[in-house]
Amino acid sequence: MSYYKNRTLTFKNSYVSDGYTVAGPKENDGRLRGCFDLSLSSDMFGEKTFEKAERRMFEHAISSAIAKANLTIDHIDAVFGGDLLNQIVSCSFAMRNIHTGFFGLYNACATFVESLILGSGMLNNGLENVLCVSGSHFSTAERQYRYPLELGVLRSPVTQWTATGVGCTVLTSSPELKCPRITHATVGRVVDYGVMDTNNMGAAMAPAAVDTLVTFLHDTESKSTDYDLIATGDLGKLGGDIFVDLLQRQGIDIRGRHIDCGAYLYFDSQQTYQGGSGAACSALVFNSMILNDINKGKYNKVLLIGTGALMSPTTSFQGETIPAIAHLVEIDRR
Amino acid sequence: MNKITKHNYKQYVYEMSPKSSHFKNLFWAFTVGGAICCVGQAFIELYTYVGVEKQLASALASATLVLITALLTGFGVYDKLGRFAGAGSTIPITGFSNAVVSPALEFRSEGYIYGLGAKMFLIAGPVIVNGVLFSTIIAFITMIFGG
Repeated sequence: MSYYKNRTLTFKNSYVSDGYTVAGPKENDGRLRGCFDLSLSSDMFGEKTFEKAERRMFEHAISSAIAKANLTIDHIDAVFGGDLLNQIVSCSFAMRNIHTGFFGLYNACATFVESLILGSGMLNNGLENVLCVSGSHFSTAERQYRYPLELGVLRSPVTQWTATGVGCTVLTSSPELKCPRITHATVGRVVDYGVMDTNNMGAAMAPAAVDTLVTFLHDTESKSTDYDLIATGDLGKLGGDIFVDLLQRQGIDIRGRHIDCGAYLYFDSQQTYQGGSGAACSALVFNSMILNDINKGKYNKVLLIGTGALMSPTTSFQGETIPAIAHLVEIDRR
Repeated sequence: MNKITKHNYKQYVYEMSPKSSHFKNLFWAFTVGGAICCVGQAFIELYTYVGVEKQLASALASATLVLITALLTGFGVYDKLGRFAGAGSTIPITGFSNAVVSPALEFRSEGYIYGLGAKMFLIAGPVIVNGVLFSTIIAFITMIFGG
């Protein structure tokens, strides 16, 4: 099998050794209660500002993931990671105290899967252990993209809630124990279907997710029924419904095997409307529930599709539409 | 089933999206907005009762509402009210107070000058600019046509 077929890559030796998650209080009140390695009782994490708290979450997740995988920082060849805050400062600043190579990435909420793809590619090319990390914080993202926290506004029913949390994965090329393997990845392309409503990012991202999944199935000549779980990042409930519906119109039925990480995080009673969004969604759900379920044998083959809306407040105010991207990785238990 | 392309996607999304519940929003906006105005009226009555002149009593009542909202914003209550009351809590003078205090609180972390000072009118700024602009226009119209 060739290394690169259209937009789909094949990896030979990228193994998911361990995952570590830090989640905010609202996330721990949700559907994944108790699944996270660390749940914060306050989203300030003992710091003075939310930005510092997000940074500390990154630092904690990275160093704890290394420890959980029975490694030390000397074993880590590089960290691939990013967040949503301006010039990806949360992850970069956290790396001040973690002395190893660092690739700062930004694909909005698709950053986590982007980091898995690039990390796996580097393992294929000789590195031994890499870390892939991504996260977001409700309070820092909210003021950057929308309004101050205490401003009383009526939220549109199509909005999502930025998840607070950081997820970190340790990828290794030579595992001591049997662990799940990242076998393929399809690199997303930027897709823009003309959605302008920044509240409705799920709708803006759904066509990108469809494009990537269809490309993957075509490139690998596989069927959606080959997979036990197809997880999208943060399309939310509405975006998830659009995703499933668009696929169905193309003759691909994924009903019953699809979850959206963002929508899955919260209960309806938590009033997030369409569920979670943010770089934390796929990182949190993958590194806790999905990875556990793969290791327990509940799933054998999983597709994880990270979805990102690539706009900024400036482009939105200037009347631009929302470009979106979706990256896909295939995880195989065997 | 017809094919969804870039051209009909917006219409398709519109049809898939849940709609705002107008009746519920109107009801809460009316109730909360009305209640805030009643509180304001109660303050006017109170100040007139203790012997303050009518016009001054109105100004004092407004100031009192602004102060109360500033406190409620600080305690994190007003945004919860705004989440279901919408325009009912935005349009009265209390909404203005909330729009000034909330960015002030939020950007305090960037210092008193470039944070609090510069960002305080982030939300309320356009309201002030347009308020001044349109009142000037209306003042001219009144002047020309004789008010």
